[in-house]
Amino acid sequence: MESRQDKFVAVLDRYGLLIAGSILVVLIALFGLVGRLVVPVEMSQVGAGLPAKPPSAEHLLGTDQQGRDVLADLIYGTPTSLKIGVIAGVFGVAFGALIGLIAGYVGGIVDEVIRIIVDILLTIPGLMVLIIVASMLGAVSVEAMALIIAALAWMWPARAVRAQVLTIRERMYIQVARFNGASNMKIIFGELLPNLVPYLAANLVGAISGAILASVGLSTLGLGPMSQPSLGLTFYWAITYGALIRQMWWWFMPPIVIIIILFLGLFLMSQGLDKIANPRLQSKA
Amino acid sequence: MNLNILEVRDLHVHYHTRLGAVKAVNGASFDLHAEERLGLVGESGSGKSTIALALMRLIRPPGKIEGGQVLLDGISLLELSEEQMRRVRLAEIAMVSQGAMNSLNPVARVHRQIEDALRDHGVKQTKRERAEWIGELLQRVGLPPATAEMYPHELSGGMKQRVCVAIAICLKPKVIIADEPTSALDVVVQHQVMETLETLRAELGASIILIGHDMGLMAQTVDRIGVMYAGDLIETGSIEALFNDPLHPYTRLLMASLPSLEHKEAAKGIPGLMPSLLNRPTGCPFHPRCPEAFDRCKVEEPMLLTVQPNRGVACHLHSAEPAEGEAS
Amino acid sequence: MTALLETRNVTKVFGGGPFHRGSSVTALNNLSLTIEDEPPTITAIVGESGSGKTTFARLILGLANPTSGEVRYRGVNLRQLDRDQRRQFLRDVQVIFQDPYEVYNPFYKIDHVLEEPIANFRLAESKAHGRELIVDALTTVGLRPEETLGRYPHQLSGGQRQRIMVARALLVRPRVIIADEPVSMIDASLRATVIESLRDLNRQFGISLIYITHDLTTAYQLSENIVVLYQGAVSEVGDVERVVKEPEHPYTRLLIGSIPRPDPKHPWGIKDNVPDTIDKSVGWQKGCYFANRCPEVMKICREKIPPLYQTAPHRATACHLYNESPVVESETLNKIFIARS
Repeated sequence: MESRQDKFVAVLDRYGLLIAGSILVVLIALFGLVGRLVVPVEMSQVGAGLPAKPPSAEHLLGTDQQGRDVLADLIYGTPTSLKIGVIAGVFGVAFGALIGLIAGYVGGIVDEVIRIIVDILLTIPGLMVLIIVASMLGAVSVEAMALIIAALAWMWPARAVRAQVLTIRERMYIQVARFNGASNMKIIFGELLPNLVPYLAANLVGAISGAILASVGLSTLGLGPMSQPSLGLTFYWAITYGALIRQMWWWFMPPIVIIIILFLGLFLMSQGLDKIANPRLQSKA
Repeated sequence: MNLNILEVRDLHVHYHTRLGAVKAVNGASFDLHAEERLGLVGESGSGKSTIALALMRLIRPPGKIEGGQVLLDGISLLELSEEQMRRVRLAEIAMVSQGAMNSLNPVARVHRQIEDALRDHGVKQTKRERAEWIGELLQRVGLPPATAEMYPHELSGGMKQRVCVAIAICLKPKVIIADEPTSALDVVVQHQVMETLETLRAELGASIILIGHDMGLMAQTVDRIGVMYAGDLIETGSIEALFNDPLHPYTRLLMASLPSLEHKEAAKGIPGLMPSLLNRPTGCPFHPRCPEAFDRCKVEEPMLLTVQPNRGVACHLHSAEPAEGEAS
Repeated sequence: MTALLETRNVTKVFGGGPFHRGSSVTALNNLSLTIEDEPPTITAIVGESGSGKTTFARLILGLANPTSGEVRYRGVNLRQLDRDQRRQFLRDVQVIFQDPYEVYNPFYKIDHVLEEPIANFRLAESKAHGRELIVDALTTVGLRPEETLGRYPHQLSGGQRQRIMVARALLVRPRVIIADEPVSMIDASLRATVIESLRDLNRQFGISLIYITHDLTTAYQLSENIVVLYQGAVSEVGDVERVVKEPEHPYTRLLIGSIPRPDPKHPWGIKDNVPDTIDKSVGWQKGCYFANRCPEVMKICREKIPPLYQTAPHRATACHLYNESPVVESETLNKIFIARS
């Protein structure tokens, strides 16, 4: 005898965090995607307006030291950062999950070898490598940056997925699947993977967060793509031109706010996914 | 002089889930006489373990004791404060459960586990007295004194369960509740542990409530039995009476479903399923599966009526008048 | 004629070796059992914990490898089956596991576990045909398809779940089903229905059963022949009627005597010589493993492991009390079994 209200509360309890986080992330994404329909791209370029002007009717977030409209800069820069993060996150997790699945399911010598490689690579400080590689490469495209970050992001998911696979592999329903005539492929993708999906999704959100952070960090240091606007690049210019000292709050505050909202959203999403993957973490009754 | 060591009246225990209240125990009433062995038998989900927890006041949220009265030697257990109940537990009423052997502290030696229980109840002894006391206690449950120095993982299942029995009786309670104490044990070990339990009970002059689903075990170890179904107590009586002449249709079907070692005839399973305790059917909870259900069964829930001396049954087949008159 | 499935002198030893402190444990010692294609038989393997029955189940299913001896499917060692043979093996040999909870992938409805064998073994010509097969199988085990299909495992009772597993095994139409404690995790009152289903599999479909359990009562109800294991070795074997009604081995007597009968007039109990203590004294031991607990132990029992003495055409006991009887020649226990009347 479940009233509509009860059902609503139940859904909210189970998916609330995920929904809240998703809303925040979507807002940020829309900001970038819809914003460009309203604000022309020229506004984000050098000389779009008089430099270092505080917010006005014409430039809602003012202009930076080189005359870029800050709002336009952010509108066109946010999707770049998101893009890098998503590509790096997806590739990293996909590759890592595949490695983890193989290592965990096949076992034996294959597992040993993979495990040793992954463990060694994990000891390398990722950010440092990123900085070195990026500075060596000079001009870097968005896609290249994403792949560089992905190359260092796959190890952790590999390890985590392997551990999960080891647990699930011994479950009785896997044995039953074997007796049902399922091939190894069918077992991996038909039986193991569905149980891994919530886990993978949580991992993915984490990986995307990390990738966005890495890309913003690298761009802030001037090691990212310079030809397109991005959040990190905005920081770079802000630091280079001493926005803080000049008290140009309209320049450095908005990107910080965007980043906070974005990461808050991603965090809530990962908490929400964790909750779904781990029903025991749910609240009582 | 009251011969009842325990009186349970109209006990209701509900579990509050997101989907509603699960009525695990739905107005159970029974007595436990002094030095008696009472069995509570039922399938999973019938409410028997919930009753055990309720008597020990160990029901935790989302479960809640919604109503009823439990009198242990005159003391109303449901009205005690948490602190008072803590003192009553183990000293007056104790429990051994199926999972008990797995909840022994794995990093504490056996003697420590018993000492913890004693200390919690403020029993003051010198170290020497305590060691002697524990040695004696272990012997009483049939364990060699050397067991005191062992860790739980060094013991077999039967031995661990005996340690749990030792902890349960260490303060000489008046009532021992044994909730499926031997389900996880081999049949030979089960026999030994139950024998030990019975010897102890007799020595202490205590009463025991044995909870389980094994009618065979009940037949061999209890004097009186109560049958539970979907949260209701549906039949009570002496063990002989119930085996010779079960009254409630569920009890009858239950008896017929027991496989025997005498002949190879097929035992008949009971068709259908226990109803969801979230959405109990109106009237008698058994009526959807009952071969003798009639109209009244679908609308009116039968009360547990005394139909013969020391015999109760909750079934319209055995009630004289519609509605009216409820004896205890 | 090559047997369908057989274990030949299989022994399984755990531990031992340089990395294990403490001695090794012989979980199963030299067991030879044969399952033929015809006629369909029901054999019970009965033992308590530590008897080796679980080890036997794993060995015969190919889930574990014997330390010595072989498990053969149609003459081929299980470890050496090629892909086609392995496929054939799965068509002929199926399993029912003990735990009605863990055998289901929580992600799927129960339909999945029934649809899989149809798809993988190509048992149906069309989707409709497949559905028909599933409905038939469910009805055969006494379930109503409309009440079970489309549900998730957690929405069904343990008894229902286990019966679905019986239906699953039936779908493949194997020659033999290994049932490893199929009813021990189900309420006593629901066991009868699952046992009934198993019996039907044998009677109606001619499927042999190896019923592995610690519950002598259901073993008696279901099987024709019984093998009683104690600490990895066979203590008594033969016609289940005789073994249960007139047990010869002191351990079998102890086992049967300890079963609580659902009859207040029939008290249980046999005085065991030694109460359960740390009785883990197995492994390399001289003499009968039961000697320390046996109420009728003799001197020879501690010196020599008793062989199987054939005390009647269809029974044998590994106990020196019966050393007047001839020692069983063949190692395969089946020679002692009674055929179904």
